[in-house]
Amino acid sequence: MSAVNATPENLGEILSGTDIARVPSVAPKRRTPYFETASGKRLIESTVNLFKNAIPPLLGIVLFVALWALVANSGKSIPGPSETWAAAVELFSDPFYDNGPNDKGIGWNILNSLYRVGIGFGAAAAVGIPLGFMIGRFDFLSRMLSPIISILRPVSPLAWLPIGLLVLQKAEPASIWVIFISSIWPMVLNTAAGVQRIPQDYLNVARVLNLSEFKVFSKILFPAVLPYVLTGVRLAIGVAWLVIVAAEMLTGGVGIGFWVWDEWNNLNVAHIIIAIFVVGIVGLLLEQALMLLAKRFSYD
Amino acid sequence: MQSYVQIENASMVFDTKKGKFTALTDIDLHVDQGEFIALIGHSGCGKSTLLNLVAGLLDATDGVLLLANKEIKGPGPERGVVFQNHSLLPWLTAFENVYLAVEKVFGGSETKAQLKARTSAALELVGLTHAAAKLPGEISGGMKQRVGIARALAMEPKVLLMDEPFGALDALTRAHLQDELLKIVAATKSTVIMVTHDVDEAVLLSDRIVMMTNGPAATIGEILTVDLPRPRDRLQLAHDPKYHDLRSQVLEFLYSRQMRPKEAA
Repeated sequence: MSAVNATPENLGEILSGTDIARVPSVAPKRRTPYFETASGKRLIESTVNLFKNAIPPLLGIVLFVALWALVANSGKSIPGPSETWAAAVELFSDPFYDNGPNDKGIGWNILNSLYRVGIGFGAAAAVGIPLGFMIGRFDFLSRMLSPIISILRPVSPLAWLPIGLLVLQKAEPASIWVIFISSIWPMVLNTAAGVQRIPQDYLNVARVLNLSEFKVFSKILFPAVLPYVLTGVRLAIGVAWLVIVAAEMLTGGVGIGFWVWDEWNNLNVAHIIIAIFVVGIVGLLLEQALMLLAKRFSYD
Repeated sequence: MQSYVQIENASMVFDTKKGKFTALTDIDLHVDQGEFIALIGHSGCGKSTLLNLVAGLLDATDGVLLLANKEIKGPGPERGVVFQNHSLLPWLTAFENVYLAVEKVFGGSETKAQLKARTSAALELVGLTHAAAKLPGEISGGMKQRVGIARALAMEPKVLLMDEPFGALDALTRAHLQDELLKIVAATKSTVIMVTHDVDEAVLLSDRIVMMTNGPAATIGEILTVDLPRPRDRLQLAHDPKYHDLRSQVLEFLYSRQMRPKEAA
């Protein structure tokens, strides 16, 4: 049989005759080596899997750092990985020092930016999620607000800054205002879409049981829409964290965005690169935290 | 004698993008208290539409529907509905799904302990006491459908409406649930209207089989009285010539007089 279907893969087996000559041989008695027991095999398997899963991302990071070192070496204007690492170690060894308004530790800058994002984003959630519910529930409201949202949504967040400065008169509330206006849209739109996509079955249950409006909201609408709301929240926090750097560059004060601008004026490029990594990592952590939260409320 | 559920000259016209679509026309049906009615017909014949009219999820375009001499206006807890795809809320446990219905119907007059007892009793009736704390995602399709039945029964409805309740289940589970339903209905003396496309199910369970003509503008073609004695046993019926005679009458109606319309290519 196998001789007829000889392929490069089984040729070796055929030639060696292992597919025919499977005569049970009397093996000498011996203790099973650890790596042939069930737990040993599992250990090998999980180790192999760990390496299989870890190799691609590690390789990506190594290549990225190598490319960075190459660019830094050839140009001389950009600090290389080792130089940046040394600067980062120094910076993070004392993250909460305070030498007056223009010289604070990196920790203070991050916390200040997170505070602004928290206020602006929180206000956007407080307004946007209920608004999304109402737009999803009432078709008239949806058609009334749809053209306005369509026009305002694509506007660059920073275009709202002068309006904020004009009306609010101060830099701090103006940057919070920019966070608010740019992070509200994903929450409004996702919440509304979630309400509109509630399966008819669930609403039929509500009708057959004659549930009160409060019960309909607490037992059906809210849990059914929650995954959509959380998607909106996740997108919104991503936008908010993107925008804060640009807004702080323009408005100043303590914050990671202004810190980048300040270090540019000091020509401290290593610190700018550190800031890029910090912004990226904090954004990643925010997103992952919300993904975990969303997983908790997913019922599929 | 007055019928319990009366449907007089009902018709249903849907407004669609392609104009008006007449789903049902000239439906006259009287159901007595404690009677088990099966609605059977090819898909698209409007049997679910008829059930939804009785449930109050749809309003008849023409005609009158009465339940115990009161006009049916919208859905109400006196008509328990078992949906085709169970329609349990996935974020509530089996117990909470049933409790939601119990609380709505009896919450005004009973204590919390009584409501919980009712819920447990309903789950016990369908043999799911052990699964009360599970979410719908954690139990099988047959168990979900049983929770749906428990939810409808727990409301002590005047009429139990079932829309192909066992349609999505495998044959063995279906047979098991049919037997359970026979026992439950015998014990509770419920009035039942059930939509089905399964001839054996219709003959096994019902007192009368309402056979519907093909849509559009479907109506009742024939009503067959199933005068098999109760309690019925599926194994004994398999050798009963009367059972086979009734079964072939339904098949005759469905496949000879109401040939399945050719699917539009």
